Amino acid sequence: MIGFVLRRLLQSILVMLTVALIAFGLFRYVGDPINNLVGQDTSAVEREQLREKLGLDDPFLVQFARFVKNAAKGDFGISYRHRRPVAELIVERLPATLELSIVAALIALLVGVPMGVYTGLHREGFLSRSFMTLSLVGVSLPTFLIGILLILLFGVVLRWLPTFGRGEVVALGWWTTGLLTVSGLKALIMPAITLALFQMTLIMRLVRAEMLEVLRTDYIKFARARGLSNRAIHFGHALKNTLVPVITITGLQLGSIIAFAIITESVFQWPGMGLLFIQAINEVDIPVMAAYLVMIALFFVVINLAVDLLYYLVDPRLRVDRDRATGHG
Amino acid sequence: MPAETPPLLEVRDLRVEIPTRRGVLVAVDGVSFHIEEGEVLGVVGESGAGKSLTGAAIIGLLEPPGRIAAGRISLEGRRIDNLDAEAMRRLRGRRIGMIFQDPLTSLNPLYTIGRQLVETILTHTDLTERQAREHAIGLLAEVGIPSAAERFDHYPHQFSGGMRQRVVIALALCANPRLVIADEPTTALDVSIQAQIIALLKRLCREHGTAVMLITHDMGVIAETADRVAVMYAGRIVEIGPVREVIEQARHPYTIGLMGSIPLVGHDVERLSQIDGAMPRLDEIPAGCAFHPRCPHASERCRRERPERIALGNAEVACWHAGELAGRGAVTAGVVRERRENRNARTGDGRPLVELRDLARHFDVSAPWLTRLFSREGRKVLRAVDGVTLTIPRGTTFSLVGESGCGKSTVARLVVGLYRPSRGTILFDGQDYAKLDSHAAMAPVRRRLQMIFQDPYASLNPRWRVAEIVAEPLRAHGITRDRVEIRDRVGALLRQVGLSESDARKYPHEFSGGQRQRISIARALASRPEFLVCDEPTSALDVSVQAQILNLMRDLQRELGLTYLFISHNLAVVYYISDYVGVMYLGRLVEWAEAKSLFRDPKHPYTRMLLDTIPDLEMTGRRRAPVAGEVPSPISPPSGCAFHPRCPLATARCREMRPEPLPRGDGGEVACHAVAENRLPERAPRETPLRQEAD
Repeated sequence: MIGFVLRRLLQSILVMLTVALIAFGLFRYVGDPINNLVGQDTSAVEREQLREKLGLDDPFLVQFARFVKNAAKGDFGISYRHRRPVAELIVERLPATLELSIVAALIALLVGVPMGVYTGLHREGFLSRSFMTLSLVGVSLPTFLIGILLILLFGVVLRWLPTFGRGEVVALGWWTTGLLTVSGLKALIMPAITLALFQMTLIMRLVRAEMLEVLRTDYIKFARARGLSNRAIHFGHALKNTLVPVITITGLQLGSIIAFAIITESVFQWPGMGLLFIQAINEVDIPVMAAYLVMIALFFVVINLAVDLLYYLVDPRLRVDRDRATGHG
Repeated sequence: MPAETPPLLEVRDLRVEIPTRRGVLVAVDGVSFHIEEGEVLGVVGESGAGKSLTGAAIIGLLEPPGRIAAGRISLEGRRIDNLDAEAMRRLRGRRIGMIFQDPLTSLNPLYTIGRQLVETILTHTDLTERQAREHAIGLLAEVGIPSAAERFDHYPHQFSGGMRQRVVIALALCANPRLVIADEPTTALDVSIQAQIIALLKRLCREHGTAVMLITHDMGVIAETADRVAVMYAGRIVEIGPVREVIEQARHPYTIGLMGSIPLVGHDVERLSQIDGAMPRLDEIPAGCAFHPRCPHASERCRRERPERIALGNAEVACWHAGELAGRGAVTAGVVRERRENRNARTGDGRPLVELRDLARHFDVSAPWLTRLFSREGRKVLRAVDGVTLTIPRGTTFSLVGESGCGKSTVARLVVGLYRPSRGTILFDGQDYAKLDSHAAMAPVRRRLQMIFQDPYASLNPRWRVAEIVAEPLRAHGITRDRVEIRDRVGALLRQVGLSESDARKYPHEFSGGQRQRISIARALASRPEFLVCDEPTSALDVSVQAQILNLMRDLQRELGLTYLFISHNLAVVYYISDYVGVMYLGRLVEWAEAKSLFRDPKHPYTRMLLDTIPDLEMTGRRRAPVAGEVPSPISPPSGCAFHPRCPLATARCREMRPEPLPRGDGGEVACHAVAENRLPERAPRETPLRQEAD
């Protein structure tokens, strides 16, 4: 178990270094950083001085090591556009994105899993078929279109919900939350649903497929032959066995919800990291782009590690106590 | 049966239909039988006979779209086939229990066995959780799980296959049902475990007064366990009656053929009697008597009218000619089973074709290095084959037997070159084959040896036509590239294995299992090899089809002078096909000898134990010695003689020193300290009465 976690950690560090290399490559090869820092009338001599002062003429590895060292401390330099440290910008925007993503993931799970179980159990029912058809729509419509349609209906026509922004926020230390005010919650509904819809249909279809698979297994047949109630069989025996693949996918999807909240954030003008990133791309704000890249990679790595550990919780076969595994009577 | 008390279970005219897009298939057709309190009814038949569906229909677990279309099922006089789902569910487990084939998949892997037991007990009784736990632990002890209280909190994967089947039995019996439907309860188990599980099931049902419907394809298990037997064919019961009567005086031609198809240890026959063809598919069940296309006695009436069951003696038989055939079962078998002639004389010149010298293959199964570093464990080496020496004379069959994990399949793969040996040599016709390292150097040898695999469904490429499959060795070995010649040779090969030339255009899925195995043999023969390695070639096949394949292999050996290395766990099959038999245990050859001699006078305690596991089909009343223990993990085999933990004769020396092979006195060898020290107990010689004498 310890060996496994350490191996995973080593792998994670490798992944992070690779991503850092790409992020660092952005600095070096996308335009000249000096050009981005100084005005057009700076002389060539001054540019060289600056270059030397910033260490930009050091060998590649030295520069990379410096970048990694700073990144590990959370220092990604200063945003070209905002003229503020990137770390500050990100900390400011992080709560908005995380709240949106986590609420969206919860909606996806809390609606997707029961729908998946239901459609798995009642394969031929009218409701199942409607769910399946609706889920097809959910999968095939692009996120931005769903967002815009929601805005049109609930924001413009019905005027129930705000069409943009995060509403009022409350500061808890450095964390700002919109979950404690009515306007914050109202503002959250539409973006969260928009972001959740695709994941929800994915989870529903996955749970359904897994349920169908598990319901065919011998141990479910044997459980029926022992006269256990349907509830015990479906929710006690079958559902838990569908969880391992569902955890994997949900974990990966949570990563991509955070990473790809960009579109939803731009549609709803949600002041999160995605919006920051889009703006950074427009302005070629490389420090922000690099930080965002490293940040998202970190999320993915951490989530994957958590998913691997969750397997251990769910599946006793992975917690092998090797001496006992071969135990005989 | 007395009229006043209804039988425990009564099934009348049961008909199970499976609607499909192309019409309604009738899988069970007019099946009637009853089971008395505490009685064991065996239901035997080959795959597709409808026996499992009958069991599923009784317990109300037919998989949709299968449905009971007609008939009635009564339990204790009460009709149960029309109960609603909830009432039927309450019946399951409490009145009718069920045991499935594969213990490895029958238990939910995510819950402890204790939790699964307690859950089931609480569903059916008013016990408190604590009482249920005590009851469960008692049951586990009763089914022979050692230190049951401790094992209660273990997960299924922490048990071996045999132990898991014990847990399954405990689960099926935990609410004390009156009837247990056991669907192939021992098929997935090793022979030694099989005997233990059958003995356990018999004892428990006797003690609890539980009736059993024992569904199996294995006549031996039925002969040992059942009181009465029903023989099913194509969805109908063709013969039903007391087990002894059906086995010894089979009256239905199918039963007669089935009995004749089973090879028996101690019976020396040149050919097994065989029923040609195979069980019809559900969508092409013939009119009249479904068996008539395969029946040697079929008449015009059989083709037109379906026979109903009529009483004959204590049995009932559904055959128009049952009266004429009555009692001819044994005679027929006797006629077809002509005595085997002096077998060794018929074969080659006795020169060795294949010699294995101290052959070994080790696999590294260590955990990744970081894990090893932290848990401070060393490298783990699986010694799948660890020093096997044997010689196969030209034109003979050498069989390797042993339970799973003994390394017999690894030997087969080493011999054909699918694995490289870790140690030792393989001499093929005097040439050290294993040392050849270039593909080109191996090619001339490769052409002379071929392999037949176990699973005829997985070993043929489903996207290739039979012609391409059979021609592949011809092309691969560059034997010929001429299209006409290839076509002719493929045609000849197909005829040789009993198929027709027109089959060459078909795809594998158009054939039954037995026919596919014939294709597999044709492919193996294409490069005109001298040596065939056959890894369990019949274990995926039904008995009647197995007889066809075994006969074919025998015929081919005689015609072509082939040499076989035959791998099997079925001792009767091995007895039938082999000239020499080697017994493997945990990677080592513990005993080998000429087949008849080995079966008549086994010396190694393991060989004796294996022979004792053969079900007693001849009903001699021979008591089987209960076999203790299970095969240990080959990763950490016991010290000294690996068999010592299960051996009744083990001494301190056995635990410390590995025995060396000693001559048996008949040309064979045995590796056992007890033999060396001359402290082997006498063993009662096997009774092998002929069928006729058994009446």
